[in-house]
Amino acid sequence: MLHTVNKSSFERNSLQSCLDIIDEKSVILLLEDGVICAADNTKSSMLAQLAADGKVFALKGDVEARGISAKLAENIQLVDYSGFVDLVVEHGTAVSWL
Amino acid sequence: MATKKFMYLNRKAPYGTVYALESLEVVLIAAAFEQDVSLAFIDDGVYQIIAGQNTDGIGMKNFSKTYNALGDYDINKLYVSEQSLSERGLSEADIMPIVYEDEDDDWAEKSSIKIVSNAELTKIMAEQDVCLSF
Repeated sequence: MLHTVNKSSFERNSLQSCLDIIDEKSVILLLEDGVICAADNTKSSMLAQLAADGKVFALKGDVEARGISAKLAENIQLVDYSGFVDLVVEHGTAVSWL
Repeated sequence: MATKKFMYLNRKAPYGTVYALESLEVVLIAAAFEQDVSLAFIDDGVYQIIAGQNTDGIGMKNFSKTYNALGDYDINKLYVSEQSLSERGLSEADIMPIVYEDEDDDWAEKSSIKIVSNAELTKIMAEQDVCLSF
């Protein structure tokens, strides 16, 4: 499954709720304010293991808009909109964590 | 009209919601009334003034450049929470330069950005007549 998170982990618990539920076949795409979860900060440990497993993606345009391209945590994979489509096609059902 | 102290409290990241842009627009409108205006950036609000924002990929207007106009409206007190920056792996070096010309000092260009502790922010907030939250 593909899980999308569009809220900052500093503002909502959307990412934590998502992490509490997802299985080992799932991947996470961070978009909109969710890309703040992809930055190297005091909450990075939440995603570190999944990212190391290659399961965390972030939407490039949203990362660049917020000026954090050079501030990302390790192993975050950037995708553009067509990459987003590829993730949807590859992983089937998508769940939005708003 | 008596001058009041207005503080605009910015707590949201830009682009994901409309709060940041709305705050900036209200600030610019209020500036026309010649009040004592200050801005505070705390929590994810610090992302509003991070340098190097590029919105080409999301088809939205990059309004971060507009903060540079604040100095021309005599708005030169932009308080940024040190704690909010450090929680996010950010520092003063990541903030875009926002300056004003000091008429009391031969129009010398000075920074409008003031990094403050939460204790300092508490004090500044207590001095306000009006606090508007975005």
